[in-house]
Amino acid sequence: MTFPLQDLITILPELIVIGMACLILALDPILEASKKDVLAWLTLGALAICIGLTSSQMPGRVSAFSGMVVVDAYAAFWKLLLYIVTGLTVLLSLAYLKAERLSIGEYYGFILLALAGMMVMVSGADLLTIYLGTELMSLSLYVMAGLKRTEARSLEASAKYFVLGAFSSGILLYGISLLFGLAGSTGLAAIAAAIATHGTGDPLLSLALVLLTVGFGFKLAVVPFHMWTPDVYQGAPTSVTAFMAVASKAASFGAFLRVFVEGLGAASADWSVLFTVICLATLALGNLVAIVQTNIKRMLAYSSIAHAGYALIGVVVAGGHRAEGASTGFASVLLYIAIYSFMTLGAFALIGMLRKEGQESDQIEDYAGLAKREPLAAFFMLVFLVSLAGIPPTAGFIGKFYIFMAAVNGGMTWLAIVAVIFAAISAFYYLRIVMVMYMREAEGAIATQSRLETSPALSLVLACALAGVVLLGLFPNGLWSLASQAAPLLK
Amino acid sequence: MTSFPWLSLIVFLPLAGALLCLLVKAEAARWLALGVTVADFVLSLPLWWLFDSSSAGMQFVERASWISSPPVQYNLGLDGISFPLVLMTTFLMPFCVTVSWTAIDKRVQLFMSMLLVMETAMLGVFVALDFVLFYVFWEAMLIPMYLLIGVWGGPNRLYAAIKFFLYTLAGSVLLLVAILALYFQGGHTFDILALSRGTYGASLQMWLFLAFFAAFAVKVPMFPFHTWLPDAHVEAPTAGSVILASVLLKMGTYGFLRFTLPMLPDATASFTKPMIALSIIAIIYGAYMALAQTDIKKLIAYSSVSHMGFVTLGIFVLNIQGIEGAVMQMVNHGITTGGLFLCVGIIYERTHSRQIQDNTGLAGPMPRYALFLMIFALSSLGLPGTNSFVGEFLVLAGTFVWSQFATALAALGVILAAAYILWLMQRVVFGTPAAAHRAHLLDLNARETATLIPLIILVFALGIFPNPLLSRMHASVTHLIGGLKGPAVAVERQQTSVPADQATATISAALSPSSSEQAAPR
Repeated sequence: MTFPLQDLITILPELIVIGMACLILALDPILEASKKDVLAWLTLGALAICIGLTSSQMPGRVSAFSGMVVVDAYAAFWKLLLYIVTGLTVLLSLAYLKAERLSIGEYYGFILLALAGMMVMVSGADLLTIYLGTELMSLSLYVMAGLKRTEARSLEASAKYFVLGAFSSGILLYGISLLFGLAGSTGLAAIAAAIATHGTGDPLLSLALVLLTVGFGFKLAVVPFHMWTPDVYQGAPTSVTAFMAVASKAASFGAFLRVFVEGLGAASADWSVLFTVICLATLALGNLVAIVQTNIKRMLAYSSIAHAGYALIGVVVAGGHRAEGASTGFASVLLYIAIYSFMTLGAFALIGMLRKEGQESDQIEDYAGLAKREPLAAFFMLVFLVSLAGIPPTAGFIGKFYIFMAAVNGGMTWLAIVAVIFAAISAFYYLRIVMVMYMREAEGAIATQSRLETSPALSLVLACALAGVVLLGLFPNGLWSLASQAAPLLK
Repeated sequence: MTSFPWLSLIVFLPLAGALLCLLVKAEAARWLALGVTVADFVLSLPLWWLFDSSSAGMQFVERASWISSPPVQYNLGLDGISFPLVLMTTFLMPFCVTVSWTAIDKRVQLFMSMLLVMETAMLGVFVALDFVLFYVFWEAMLIPMYLLIGVWGGPNRLYAAIKFFLYTLAGSVLLLVAILALYFQGGHTFDILALSRGTYGASLQMWLFLAFFAAFAVKVPMFPFHTWLPDAHVEAPTAGSVILASVLLKMGTYGFLRFTLPMLPDATASFTKPMIALSIIAIIYGAYMALAQTDIKKLIAYSSVSHMGFVTLGIFVLNIQGIEGAVMQMVNHGITTGGLFLCVGIIYERTHSRQIQDNTGLAGPMPRYALFLMIFALSSLGLPGTNSFVGEFLVLAGTFVWSQFATALAALGVILAAAYILWLMQRVVFGTPAAAHRAHLLDLNARETATLIPLIILVFALGIFPNPLLSRMHASVTHLIGGLKGPAVAVERQQTSVPADQATATISAALSPSSSEQAAPR
């Protein structure tokens, strides 16, 4: 059997990413330790080519491999976002790996493999394709989480992530098999057709829905499937944490939305109730538990859980209300995740490079007096935190604005009210970091205080993240129209 | 009308200055901030003459699209209600800089920069004609103010800063939901003028009123949401206290005037009584609390609660005297309380104490200071001839029309004000000098004198010639009253407008013979 050439062209970006990953894995043993930076530049080159290719694929909808893979505006939106955050992660890693003395060339290979998995996830139009993408992403991330081989926390993170991740994959697969039993196919279109003919009353369908929700819930890190997040985010190398918090979350949202809209759209009345509960629990737990954290990576882990809760509002609203309300609901999710990516990545980049005595200083206490020692770094952190809290004129406000707007439009004003109250609560823990940075004096000798280890690559990451947070806050038109075009429609 | 973008320039000039401040040395930052705030004031001065006082509409309007979907506009404009507040803000900011000249000695660049960011945000709030734009400016102010209190404040600054932040944020997030609800009910627009023209169902109005109330009442602050104010005032550096008292509090009352009254006339009519009750409680409670204070700043903070009670009282009696008096009182309170906080800041720099007992008998060592303090104090208690008298009188005149009993209660606040202010003056100005400080108390230097003189001039200017300002707000306030379609209000207005108008004319004529020809057409 021969593949039609057209199918291969459709998945060219994926092929390039996988090809580059293989090339990097092959080059790694040959290169001297001092020249490993080349691998990062190769990665960035591949990403640049992919950005061009995917942009050209943006309009229209092309299916490949008998409908297993689809390339449309929706997939293109996520892929472009993934390229950008992966590129920024690679730049951050250039600085971070050196500081941690982790001279590991295959790191970039794993990043690209994870990226390939994410691309397959958002492009998959068949549950099995999506599952394969999820596994490729997860397996790469398990390894990356444990890269600090001498540190117990990193290994614990890796092991924990692996066990729980494998468990959730199993549940996901179980849900997929139930749907296959119902529809006779794993294709999203076929599943939608089967639900349309059989109705949504089948208890097996409900069970499958729950299992898929659990499976995706783990990947999205929403309550009550969030348990792994704080430990893994804290233990993993910070560049990997950033990548997980941003790219993996974006890709999971991409796949999750496509499955529930294109495949299970007919049952949206059922799943939107389910997600309302999850959304409320996620908002409450994420925001409340974040308040008591003393480790900044852990705090941001809970914050990222809470942010998934805000994004879920858009899903809930879109699921409960068809037609126009639905498309703005989904578009607001896309916009929110994109904006979340910039501010979270920026915050993690700073955290990773804020170090004392060669060690990462990720205790909130370490930030005392930072505004005096590192005024610029403190200012960047201030902007990221203010944006995470959703205070204008930053992008975080725009993200929340569209989400709340979708909620009010969909007649769920009460949900918007609950969410803004949690947003006000979240300001407390973000502002606490600002307080420590600006209003507390550092203790101990100067040599033992944390400093930012600057490098050109880090500056570039921070500048890009800051530009994203500020510019998207002031000029959101472009991103919103992209998100609106890309948003899926419930039929 | 003019096509020159006055408002954009006035609003964003300080922001540009704020960015520059971060790049220069401390001394340069001081001069830069002073230059920018003065330039901004000079830039806003021509508006006084360009402003068409016969028009009730928005002037100096600028329109541009900001967000295309949903249609959020970059709309700016001034009317008779926002106009005095904009001028007051640009007028006060240079003194916030000069009073911080030596008082702020650490991280000067950041301090000046935050002051300037505050100026942009505050001016933006007053000129924004788009609800989302308004909200952006409204919230953007929180972070710089949080830093001003938290970084340069007193010993308990961390608590005060976070309390200020959370109180105001919790109030204003509900406003965001209300704005969105209005958008979908009011014809898919955020345009404030268009939304003001719309009519909304009774129950929607009730909910929106409560949401607006949450945001604005915290900011004013109305009783019982005032508890953040004494903490924030006391802990903030002098410039921060001045900004808080003079401008920030006005944003709450401005919100009532700009949004609650025009957009929700029915709910306003039905909430009149509770609002007036809260106002009178604030007037009396604030005054009583002020009587009991031993910390000068805290005393002034509670007097602010009392004075702002007059403003909300004037707004919710819903007649022209009340509202003109309220706007007048907003400006007056800005000048007088601003002046008092500046005075406290000046003495704190010398004695490092805000306690009354550590600052007694200043008339001997600091005669000029004592004179200025006395003038602000007398203005604060509403002595005729000073600015506060005009505002309080108009508010009471408006209240009289609404209910004589309420007027009697509110007037109690004036008496209590005389009590706490005169008692304060008796101790601080004329008491036995506190031994510890007598030796090294220097009278006002040139910088400090220059800071206070312009405010003193305004105290008398507005007290004796209120009409130029009143005439500029008259058309807008009349228009605002005309929009209150509630039946109860309409009847009341017909019955009462004549005597109350006469009262205004009388007071104007009595106070300012030279401007009586201006008062005549009114």
